[in-house]
Amino acid sequence: MSGGGSTEPREAARAQLLLSIADDELILGWRDSEWTGIAPTLEEDVAFSSIAQNEIGHARALYELAAVELDSDADALAFDRAPDAYRCAPFVELRLLDWAHTIARRYLYEEADRVRLDALRASDDTELAGLAAKIDREEVYHRMHAEMWAARLRDEPRFRDAVNELWPYALGVLEPEQRAELAQRVGLRVESTQAIERGEHTPELAELWNEMTEVRRSVPGANW
Amino acid sequence: MVTVDQVWAALEEIPDPEIPVISLVDLGVIRGVAIDGDRVHIDFTPTFLGCPALEVMKRALEDKVAELGGDPDVAVIQDDSWSTDRITAAGREKLREAGFAPPAPRAAGTTTLVQLQSKAFRCPYCGSTETKLENIFGPTPCRSIRWCESCRQPFEQFKTI
Repeated sequence: MSGGGSTEPREAARAQLLLSIADDELILGWRDSEWTGIAPTLEEDVAFSSIAQNEIGHARALYELAAVELDSDADALAFDRAPDAYRCAPFVELRLLDWAHTIARRYLYEEADRVRLDALRASDDTELAGLAAKIDREEVYHRMHAEMWAARLRDEPRFRDAVNELWPYALGVLEPEQRAELAQRVGLRVESTQAIERGEHTPELAELWNEMTEVRRSVPGANW
Repeated sequence: MVTVDQVWAALEEIPDPEIPVISLVDLGVIRGVAIDGDRVHIDFTPTFLGCPALEVMKRALEDKVAELGGDPDVAVIQDDSWSTDRITAAGREKLREAGFAPPAPRAAGTTTLVQLQSKAFRCPYCGSTETKLENIFGPTPCRSIRWCESCRQPFEQFKTI
């Protein structure tokens, strides 16, 4: 195909992909940060705070790439859209109040994110491939943290139940063709599982959004 | 008109905002300097993407160029070109003297938990390798916490990325 019209859908698709990943990282970063001050041990307090900071940093870098195409800026993309316009997977929105579910999500998310980052690093979009490689350098440490906890809790029924319960949500982070690899990594099955897909939102997102954007909405247009 | 060498010399005076013993040049985040008339282009690579000091560093670079009489144009390069291997030998020594164990080289590939739990990491205070991992994460994204069994002292280890 040639002609001016053919590049537009491709650019729109790229911006939507960037927003999907950025929204996942922002919202999960926000959820992880909710353990700051109340994690079960001081070490985990530090770990969750640092992981949250990294994820939000990844979101910022991805929003900046998307902003070039959308003629916007990272803060506007992060905070000025209505909750329904976010493209995050329902998985990252869930407000998880116990440690077993929190660790199960960190573990499943990091494994899914690894599959996604591997694909991006190999893509012919050099800008996105470069950023994905940079993000992955930091994610290595998140994976270590998740794997360490998963190994420790593997035989605990509460953890097993949490992983099984969250599995349909975790599948929804990835494109359908990427899911078999995730299933293989974590030893679960794609068949007979109804993935909870990106596109619909949980009621928890609107609550989180209210809190997350409250300061920015208090003085619209202010330069912080 | 400023020269490339003058700009590099001036940038060497800018301390890292969080670890001021090391300069931005020693940290390896300045990828290139180019002069075009009064315009001074600097390519700057972030260390960790979530580092809150990024904006401060960028502004410090702009202010320094302006002090030299140049017109700054700082581009933030968000690719994979920065790694802790870009910290200079002088920078690593300054980190160690200040009590931050410098990052292990990436030569061996991606860091693994097994490596972090091994005794390859040296205490910046007493030089012992009898150290153990306390926490992969620390007070900033770039640091882990270790414990020295020899001098019984916790210390901060710069993460390898």
